[in-house]
Amino acid sequence: MSKRDYSLLGPDGARAVETGLAAAEWYHTDVPRKVMKELMQRSDQPAIRDTMILYGCMIAFAAGGIAFWGTWWCVPFWAAYGVLYGSASDSRWHECGHGTAFRTAWMNNAVYEIASFMIMRNSATWRWSHARHHTDTYIVGRDPEIAIMRPPAFVRLIGAFFGIPDVIDFFPRMIRNALSGPTAEERTFVPQSEWAKVQRVAIVYTAIYAATAATAVATGSILPLMVIGLPRMYGAWHHIMTGLLQHGGLADNVIDHRLNSRTVYMNPISRFIYWNMNYHVEHHMFPMVPYHALPRLHEVIKHDLPAPNRSIASAFAEMWPALRRQLAYEDYFLKRDLPPTAKPYREDFHRAALGDLPDALPAE
Amino acid sequence: MPQWIRACATDDIDEEDLIRFDHGGATYAIYHSPEGDFFATAGLCTHENIHLCDGLVMGHLIECPKHNGQFDYRTGEAKRAPVCVNLRTYPVRVDGTDVYIEVP
Ligand code: FES
Repeated sequence: MSKRDYSLLGPDGARAVETGLAAAEWYHTDVPRKVMKELMQRSDQPAIRDTMILYGCMIAFAAGGIAFWGTWWCVPFWAAYGVLYGSASDSRWHECGHGTAFRTAWMNNAVYEIASFMIMRNSATWRWSHARHHTDTYIVGRDPEIAIMRPPAFVRLIGAFFGIPDVIDFFPRMIRNALSGPTAEERTFVPQSEWAKVQRVAIVYTAIYAATAATAVATGSILPLMVIGLPRMYGAWHHIMTGLLQHGGLADNVIDHRLNSRTVYMNPISRFIYWNMNYHVEHHMFPMVPYHALPRLHEVIKHDLPAPNRSIASAFAEMWPALRRQLAYEDYFLKRDLPPTAKPYREDFHRAALGDLPDALPAE
Repeated sequence: MPQWIRACATDDIDEEDLIRFDHGGATYAIYHSPEGDFFATAGLCTHENIHLCDGLVMGHLIECPKHNGQFDYRTGEAKRAPVCVNLRTYPVRVDGTDVYIEVP
């Protein structure tokens, strides 16, 4: 395969449309309708509980950080607040964007708007980019949310742990959106009826950041920015750590989530911050199953999925060398072995979609 | 010329659920509301061509299994992004234990 072009307006995207890789029919494990209906059921209670814990902890940690400001004692408070602001907001944005976290629509929307602001994503634009991510997961030139492009840009990846590339991208985009609505690329996946909303959201964000910056200047302290804005940087590491594992090092241009997504068993704190998105194959295969039912879904379909990684550390130990290998040979990927009980799916199509390439090279 | 076609029996669909019904090269979704009434819409989501029969019925809403877009299946009205275009609906009548839909 020649060099990948990730632009949504480029030749790889056009080729994906031509070959049928775009908007294709993806593999689903067979689950009896009765079981699936039960798994899809919505409930407000788990998300209300988790949201109260989340916002309660954020208020308590920020209060601690402010109270101890100027001493080293403030550091653990800001570290904890930062992760909740700069990482838990990613999973809240995600789940509430799907509309599955709460049963009640306004609750999903309220938490989605707050989380979008904290994670620095225009709430009107990103709803649509994420829909495309689900239609064309890791299809080059179609998916606007490919976190690790090939060959991997390691400086950018490491910078992402501190929110650097996202913040650098966000502010100029916010100003552009506020002045003239979505960019040309954003207009490829945001319907025209929503363009004015993209602009309105950007104007609100700009006003909040301007007010926060003005308060910091007026008080001669960065404290206001420690509460709003900066935690997107000093607390980003957890969502990058978990987010890179979603698809990192795995196949692209396939239409079977078992081959391009990773399920990782995680500790309970990370699962709270990440809202169970560690069950990532399950989420992609059945996006209407709410986060709190994903562990149950995993039990129902695991016979048909590749073995999950046993921990964050073991998943990184698998992924990182694969990414390094992609530096020299960008067609390299980790081929997922399906268990003997699993149903194969369109392997012919996958090989064709990967060009004339050999299967993944054996791991070093 | 519109015609009435038998789609299913009343007990083929649980309350607050739907099934797929294919006829004459077209695909439809037949719904059984929590009040016991029956409705019919086009079978494919208007966002992308995804069968709604794998989705979730909540009250009078059908949620699409792909991107969680929602429609009111009684009117076809698009209720939640990413769906923007309404779903086509079809007249339904129940005759004894049979559910009929009027197709074009
Ligand atoms: S295909 Fe139905 S919401 Fe996207």
